[in-house]
Amino acid sequence: MRLGSALESEQLRDRIISQRNSDRTCIITSVGTCGLARGAADVARAIYQTISDFNLKDSVDVRTTGCHGFCEIEPVVLIYPEGILYQHVTPADIPEIISESVIKKNVVERLLYHDFSTGKNIIHEQDIPFYNKQNRLILGNNRFIAPNNIDDYIALGGYSALVKALFEMTPQQVLDEVKESNLRGRGGGGFPTGVKWESCRNAPARDGIRYVICNADEGDPGAYMDRSLVEGNPHSIIEGMIIGAYAIDSHEGYVYIRHEYPLAAQNLAIALEQAREYGFLGEDILGSGFRFDIKITKGGGAFVCGESTALMASLEGRIGEPRFKHIHSTERGLYGRPSNLNNVETWANVPIIINRGAGWYRQIGTDGSKGTKIFSLVGKINNTGLVEVPMGISIREMIYDIGGGIPGGREFKAVQTGGPSGGCIPKSLVDISVDFDRLAKVGSMMGSGGMIVMDEGTCMVDVAKYFISFLTEESCGKCIPCREGLDRMLDILTDITEGRGKEEDVELLEELGDVMQETSLCGLGSTAANPVLSTIRYFRDEYDAHIKEKRCPAGVCKELITFTIDGEKCNGCRVCARECPQGAISGEKKEVHHIDQEKCIKCGLCRDNCKFDAVTVS
Amino acid sequence: MKNECDVVEVIINKYGGNHDSVIAILQDIQSEYHYLPETALRVVAKNLELPLIQVYGVATFFKAFSLKPRGEHLIKLCVGTACHVRGAQPALDEVKRQLGIEAGETTEDMMFTLETVNCLGACALGPIMVVGEEYHGEMSPKKIKKILSDYKKATRSRRHDEIRVGT
Repeated sequence: MRLGSALESEQLRDRIISQRNSDRTCIITSVGTCGLARGAADVARAIYQTISDFNLKDSVDVRTTGCHGFCEIEPVVLIYPEGILYQHVTPADIPEIISESVIKKNVVERLLYHDFSTGKNIIHEQDIPFYNKQNRLILGNNRFIAPNNIDDYIALGGYSALVKALFEMTPQQVLDEVKESNLRGRGGGGFPTGVKWESCRNAPARDGIRYVICNADEGDPGAYMDRSLVEGNPHSIIEGMIIGAYAIDSHEGYVYIRHEYPLAAQNLAIALEQAREYGFLGEDILGSGFRFDIKITKGGGAFVCGESTALMASLEGRIGEPRFKHIHSTERGLYGRPSNLNNVETWANVPIIINRGAGWYRQIGTDGSKGTKIFSLVGKINNTGLVEVPMGISIREMIYDIGGGIPGGREFKAVQTGGPSGGCIPKSLVDISVDFDRLAKVGSMMGSGGMIVMDEGTCMVDVAKYFISFLTEESCGKCIPCREGLDRMLDILTDITEGRGKEEDVELLEELGDVMQETSLCGLGSTAANPVLSTIRYFRDEYDAHIKEKRCPAGVCKELITFTIDGEKCNGCRVCARECPQGAISGEKKEVHHIDQEKCIKCGLCRDNCKFDAVTVS
Repeated sequence: MKNECDVVEVIINKYGGNHDSVIAILQDIQSEYHYLPETALRVVAKNLELPLIQVYGVATFFKAFSLKPRGEHLIKLCVGTACHVRGAQPALDEVKRQLGIEAGETTEDMMFTLETVNCLGACALGPIMVVGEEYHGEMSPKKIKKILSDYKKATRSRRHDEIRVGT
């Protein structure tokens, strides 16, 4: 059914809402990528099967949604309207959940979230510390939306911002609203979105064609909020893009999505089709006379394609090499036409700004950074997941209050933000507030919002080497400072981690980093040295230990560590000797074992398998 | 290779022969064959009227493409940052040792191809390994040994059965 007017779209919404009964039980389970990896598909199947076995099809709704953010406790089952949350659910738990919580209205105690800080079980989702410090403006709707059902989105007010923009606002007013909101690009740079839109709209288009592009080539390792949004709430991005196109006067849009995200691409394709059927996309949208449509392009797996000019080259079917930006893409981008590219999360903010107004939006956040930001809190952290918080929250609140601290009672050491272009922030700065400007000031950056937490067992020189080796592979090779600079940096860092470091190496790394920053062609090259420079800035002592003492304090760099067996703890069980792939461990049963350092390849299997903690690394 | 050319031409025609579809066309060819055969690249270049070097350039620039045939099970080991700090390197070393190949290579019996990927976006499960479509989380060298030996056993017995059925 194609909707022909604003009125028809509002009538549709009323009809959908009136057919839904908010008192009716709804069982929700998330089947995003991380849920699926933990067996959520089987849980969902078990729910449908049990509902049918119990003859509850007519009285209970089941909704399979995208990711809710708290990946650590997947698979998750929510029971609404009560808002009960069950964690680590298996298919075998489903009959009990349904007979207890759905039919008898009891709580299944053993599946509740356990708060280790208070020692109590928590029944309701909103009371869990991971969630209650967040402000989930963007991500929060994921749990109420089955991504393949546009009606779920419409019932929550979806496409009402589009109606408002098309029928109550001029393109200029839409643009002004976004400008006034101070929304800054969520993909990395933090460029003001409204300003970008304006320069695209004002750029002369020789044949009247302008493009609107969504960058869903989320390449930063450790950041996956865009995947979660596209998978879980694709219409919010589509709606944002239509509104943007209206403001910019564009009629063609593209979503460039990573090929590593097959589920996201699939859900987006379904969403586009459903939006077309209702007339939110295509010719004469809702009878307004405005036309716009969106195509999906899948990336080929190149980090550099997150860079706007490289992405556009790739959209044209060429290899994804960036170009020099003396002319901005907003003036001459895709196919030489003015092109406006924004990140997934940026687009998802647009409907909220239009609906609630710039004034409301500006109340959230800090002076220079407005709104919320989604971070992926990963690495050595108890509560791994996606976290949406107002800009300006401190790193301490993120790691301890929301993230639940470091596993195993270990010591927090640093947090890496901004992906391979960012830097490491040490423990001493744990109280700084997180926004675009503050992170830049301490030598890191917001980037797309990856936050990789590291503990005392993480070697910072190894982390620097990791990023440089990542970037060496991903550098497109077009400009010399990036290509050769990274190669040299990797050589030097490899030497340092393998015990061949020289005293002058650190200064050489800094000098190389400066040159790369100054002279590289694109953002990838000019920021590539950040992981090295920031670790030198805050963890110089670790570099020195590797270089001067040939020692890896964290016990990570293979060439600098040895595995030995603690005679006090070893009871001679032979497990390590059996597991050792090199046959390097000797010792009779019930006698202390010994590792032959000549044969040892430092794989760590002995340590992983020892039940008595007798293998030590020094 | 007549058959192969036909398949490739069907794919190309699906995209209306546009130059800008070259990446999508190569992606479709790759999902058909699990790699990009040389003949396919030549057909694409000819039909799209592009220099072969340009098609080859795209095929070698993007990580998703492989010019070599891949094994029956494609192993993707995530070496994203979150997995790295949680021990992806020892996990990778173990897979390499178990299979006797480096990342990017295929075992001689064509059973496994090993590739590393930079983040699958399932960081709570790190280090993560995907075999075909199956996700395996929190990989330790010990778990890897077990998982790979299960795949080996299953594949060997299936191959064995196929041979018997064939004869």
